[in-house]
Amino acid sequence: MITADRKPFEEIKASVKDYDKIMVLGCETCVAICQAGGEKEAEILASELKLAFGNEGKKVEVNDEHVIRQCDDEFMADPAFLEKVKEADIILSIACGVGVQHACNFFNRTITDKPIRVVPGLNTTFMGANIDVGLWEERCLGCGDCVLERTGGICPITRCAKSLLNGPCGGSSNGKCEINKDTDCAWHLIIERLEVLGELDRIKPVEMYKDWRPSHSGGPRKRVREDLRL
Amino acid sequence: MKSGSNLERLLEKGEFIITGELGPPKGTDVEVVKEKAAMLKGNVDAVNITDNQTAIVRMSSIATSKILIDEGLEPTMQMVARDRNRLAMMSDLFGANALGIRNMLCLSGDHQSFGNHPEAKNVFDIDSIQMIYMVKTMRDEHKVICGDEIEGDFKMFIGAASNPFADPFQYRVHRLAKKVEAGLDFVQTQCIYDMKRFKEFMKQVVDMGLHERCKILAGVTPLKSVGMARYMAANVSGITIPEDMIERLKGAGKGNVAAEGIKIACEQIQELRALEGIAGVHLMAIEWEHRVHEIVEMAGLLPRPKG
Ligand code: SF4
Ligand code: SF4
Repeated sequence: MITADRKPFEEIKASVKDYDKIMVLGCETCVAICQAGGEKEAEILASELKLAFGNEGKKVEVNDEHVIRQCDDEFMADPAFLEKVKEADIILSIACGVGVQHACNFFNRTITDKPIRVVPGLNTTFMGANIDVGLWEERCLGCGDCVLERTGGICPITRCAKSLLNGPCGGSSNGKCEINKDTDCAWHLIIERLEVLGELDRIKPVEMYKDWRPSHSGGPRKRVREDLRL
Repeated sequence: MKSGSNLERLLEKGEFIITGELGPPKGTDVEVVKEKAAMLKGNVDAVNITDNQTAIVRMSSIATSKILIDEGLEPTMQMVARDRNRLAMMSDLFGANALGIRNMLCLSGDHQSFGNHPEAKNVFDIDSIQMIYMVKTMRDEHKVICGDEIEGDFKMFIGAASNPFADPFQYRVHRLAKKVEAGLDFVQTQCIYDMKRFKEFMKQVVDMGLHERCKILAGVTPLKSVGMARYMAANVSGITIPEDMIERLKGAGKGNVAAEGIKIACEQIQELRALEGIAGVHLMAIEWEHRVHEIVEMAGLLPRPKG
C-alpha cells in the first residue's frame, strides 16, 4: 500500500485560507488504511478547519466527502458528486500524491465550464507494509526489475540505505544499519534469510550493475496493455 | 605492471608497506594540504586522500591527490559511490589518470545523514564492488561500462576497504572474497584493536587464499586519549577496544596517554607484521600527521624503501 502523513495543520490551513467554500476529499483505499486520509480523517480535518476559521471570525463553508479511490475515474464519476465538486472553491484532497493529481485531472476533464483547484492535505511517503499496529515500513521503490528472487525476498534497493546490490557495507552493526539503530540492516536480514534457506551461495557471484532504465531514472513511467485498450 | 605506482611496485617486491591518510581541508586552503604532506613525506609509501569523508564537504580527492603528486608524494585517491553516478565516476577516473593518479580506493561512502548536508540526495548508482569491477574493466579491457573503447592509456592500482569487525562477522571474509573476485589489487582494513578477532578473520582469509590474490594492509589508528577510545568503541561500527588496552592508557597517567597510545600502535604493527597474509599497515593518524614520523620510526619502518 501507499502510506502518507497529514501535513501540519497550519500548512493546510494556509493553503485554503483564501477560499470560502472548501471540500475536504478523502480516499477510502491506501490512505484510509494507514489512517491518514480516509472518510474519518476527512471529517476530522473538516471540523478542525471550521473551528479554526470560526475562531478567527471567518465565515467559511467546509464540507467533507470521500470516494473509494481518487486514482481511478470510475469512482469519481457520480454526477451528484461532481456537482458538489463544481460548487466548491477549492478541493483539499487527502489522497496520496497520485490521487491528488488524478482527481485534479479528472475534475478538469469532466467539468469544463470552470477550472477546479485541488491542493494536497497529505505528504505521501512510501510503498510499504503494515508491520504491526500503528507501524508501517517501506518495502519497495518500484525499481522496475525485481531482484527479490536472489535476495531471499528482502529488497536491498529499498531497505538498504545505500541500495547496495553487494552488501553489507562496513557500517552494519548488530543487525542494524549505520544510519540509525532503529533500522534493520537489509543485508544482515538477507544473509540470515539465505542461510536459513540454505542458499547463501546465491550471493557469492558479484551482482552486476543495475540497469536503472525501468526505474524512475528512465523518466516518468507508463504502462500500456494493448489488449486492454479500446 | 597494472599501474606502475610506487605502492604496486613495493608490494610486488614483497616490501612491508606503510600507507598514510590525509583528509583534505573544508575549503580551498592548499597550504594545509602541503603542511600535512610534508609531515608524511618519506614516512609512508602512499597516502589515502579521503573523498568527502563522513559526508562532510571537503576539497575534492582528485585535486588534493594532484597537489600531493606535485609535493612528491604518491596519493591513493578515494572514491565513494554516494556522490557520483557511473558517468561521473568514469569521467573523474579519466581525469585522475591524466593527472598521474595511479592508486585508488573504491568505497560505498558513509551515508549523507552523518555529514553536514543531510538534506542531500544520494546517488548509489553502482556499489563499491561494482566500482572495483568497473575500474578493472577500464584498465584490463580498455573499455568503459557500455563497451566503448577508452582513448589513451588507463592505469590504476585498485584498492578497497574491508571492515572485519562489522556484522555479520562470519560473512565479512566472503564480502572480501567478492571484492577480490571483482578485481581488487589491495585492501586496507578498518583499524584493529581486537587482535583476537582480527586473527580469526585473517585465518579465514588465508584459508581461502585471498592474501595471494590481493595485498592486505592492516589498519592501525593510534589512540590519542581514553576519550577517543571510548568514542570509537561507541560510534564506529564493530569497533571494540579491549578493556586492558583502555586500562593501559589510563595507567600511563596525565600527559603520557598519547605516548602510550603510540607505543601500543607500534606493538600492534609488530604483531601484524608477523601475521601470515599481511603485506603492510595502513596508518590512519588523522589530524595527527605530525606524529607519523615518530610512529613509523618507533615501529622500525624507516627509512622507507625506494620503489
Ligand atoms: S527489487 Fe525493485 S521491484 Fe523488487 S521490491 Fe525492490 S524496489 Fe521493488
Ligand atoms: S548497514 Fe546494511 S542497510 Fe545500512 S547501508 Fe550498510 S548494508 Fe545497507
